[in-house]
Amino acid sequence: MSQEAEGQKVDTSKRKFLIAATSAVGGVAAVGVAVPLVVSMLPSARAKAAGAPVEVDISKIEPGMMLTVEWRGKPVWVVNRTKEMLGQLGKHDDKLADAMSEMPQQPDYCKNATRSIKPEYLVAVGICTHLGCSPSEKLKLGGDSGMGGDWPGGFFCPCHGSTFDLAARVYKGVPAPTNLVIPPHQYLSDVRLLIGVDAKGA
Amino acid sequence: MSALQKVMGWVDDRFPLTATYKAHLSEYYAPKNFNFWYFFGSLALLVLVLQIVTGIFLTMNYKPDAELAFASVEYIMRDVDWGWLIRYMHSTGASMFFVVVYLHMFRGLMYGSYRKPRELIWIFGVLIYLALMAEAFLGYLLPWGQMSYWGAQVIVNLFAAVPFIGEDLSIWIRGDYVISDATLNRFFAFHVIALPLVLIALVVVHLVALHEVGSNNPDGVEIKKHKDANGIPLDGIPFHPYYTVKDIVGVIVFLMVFSAIVFFAPEMGGYFLEANNFVPADSLKTPAHIAPLWYFTPFYAILRAVPPMFGSQFPGVVAMGLSIVVLFFLPWLDRSKVKSIRYRGPIYKIMLALFLVSFIGLGYLGLLPSTPVATIFAQVFSVIYFLFFLLMPWYTSIDKTKPEPERVTG
Repeated sequence: MSQEAEGQKVDTSKRKFLIAATSAVGGVAAVGVAVPLVVSMLPSARAKAAGAPVEVDISKIEPGMMLTVEWRGKPVWVVNRTKEMLGQLGKHDDKLADAMSEMPQQPDYCKNATRSIKPEYLVAVGICTHLGCSPSEKLKLGGDSGMGGDWPGGFFCPCHGSTFDLAARVYKGVPAPTNLVIPPHQYLSDVRLLIGVDAKGA
Repeated sequence: MSALQKVMGWVDDRFPLTATYKAHLSEYYAPKNFNFWYFFGSLALLVLVLQIVTGIFLTMNYKPDAELAFASVEYIMRDVDWGWLIRYMHSTGASMFFVVVYLHMFRGLMYGSYRKPRELIWIFGVLIYLALMAEAFLGYLLPWGQMSYWGAQVIVNLFAAVPFIGEDLSIWIRGDYVISDATLNRFFAFHVIALPLVLIALVVVHLVALHEVGSNNPDGVEIKKHKDANGIPLDGIPFHPYYTVKDIVGVIVFLMVFSAIVFFAPEMGGYFLEANNFVPADSLKTPAHIAPLWYFTPFYAILRAVPPMFGSQFPGVVAMGLSIVVLFFLPWLDRSKVKSIRYRGPIYKIMLALFLVSFIGLGYLGLLPSTPVATIFAQVFSVIYFLFFLLMPWYTSIDKTKPEPERVTG
């Protein structure tokens, strides 16, 4: 004010430039400081290491039974499907939301009728695609499952009632939008399964 | 001059103590016709203080570590002297916070407290409500029981439904591929430091904005329109001592209810503390039925009411988000000539009643396992919930209102 009184005009454009420049540089600094804070919330090196592949011996799974192993803290099911179970798979395609596995919920080498590398062994992440609950196994066929007489075997999510068949394909009209995820996996030998990585070249 | 006056004078020359006391208590003029519904603002403040104080003492014995958390809560319950009381006060306080906040918000709806010139008070209030929901959700993970774990799993997976970035976003929130120790530790940090600071700041601006424009009242008329020669509203009375004394009565009744719950029914039949949360978290086993705590169930029911579209359940998440976002626009959706329900026409009264029924209905349905019939009811209630807001500009402008009085009544 006193300068104006003395007849000197304040150079407002210079002021505006200085305010804008200071704000811009300050803003860049603020973002720069925020980056380490935000990135520190990503999985740590230890958490990533704990997400390493898991090796499983599948020789002890009886036909018609399943094994749950932990990979990245998630339950992964390995189901040894019997001939009878496999025979059920093609019979209810019209009731499924994605019978042909069009959605990218599995590696390409499992985009087939049984959603598996070996027809008898289903390997699937046991986390419902709705809101992340773990479905219960209802492997038995028909009335023994408690799911009704025409139940062809599969899984039932207790949280919101989603149902899946024995290839972990989701039924129509349930809350879960997609089939269960098939994790990357490979067979090291006839009885050794490695969950978490694709076979080389796959 | 007495010694006390001298001390006050010394302070007042350096800090506006007396001026602040006058502006916010002894010379803050509130309408003289406050009724029952005006207890809940001060009660919410009381519960906030209770939560902060009991929370501080809980952190002295709680361990934010996935290996130790569950046991440390049981340690507080069994081995720490009076630990059970502090813990039950905190867990009961969480639910009672929502009880008083819901009643406080409903008061705002009834008497048009969100209308001009109180739009910002309402917006700050909705922000407080959001911060409170975040605070409650984060805190619920800390006991590391089955419901803590799977509730957090379900809610964090809501973020995974966001197209394109969802999966990475949810990993960033968890700090791991699943809810784990890293998640527990950061939720603890947010629950005990970050959000309480945000909450306190929001409460301050909520009150500053309130004291700038003055309180609304059950008649919804402005007391500042009629002032005496000294500029004091004719229908206003000083907050202290009139409303401080009135609020103490509310506090006493509230503390009777609060104590009855803490001492006789701290779990409240599974509504305040769920049975499954007395089982330690197990990442490989989902409880048979996951329901959020009662104060989240209306929004959870809206989430479940929307079917998946395009192979994604993102639309449900959006609907749930919008059900809260729409609250921010309330001050501009209401086109009625009057503020208070006392002078509103029949259409608004019916809509408000339908809204109330829908909200409570959604809250009830959100507790239940999903069935086709329940889903249809939830869909109907969700539509009513949204129509209450979206049709408001129309039905409030055609509604037949009664003339407002010049001065407050009764």
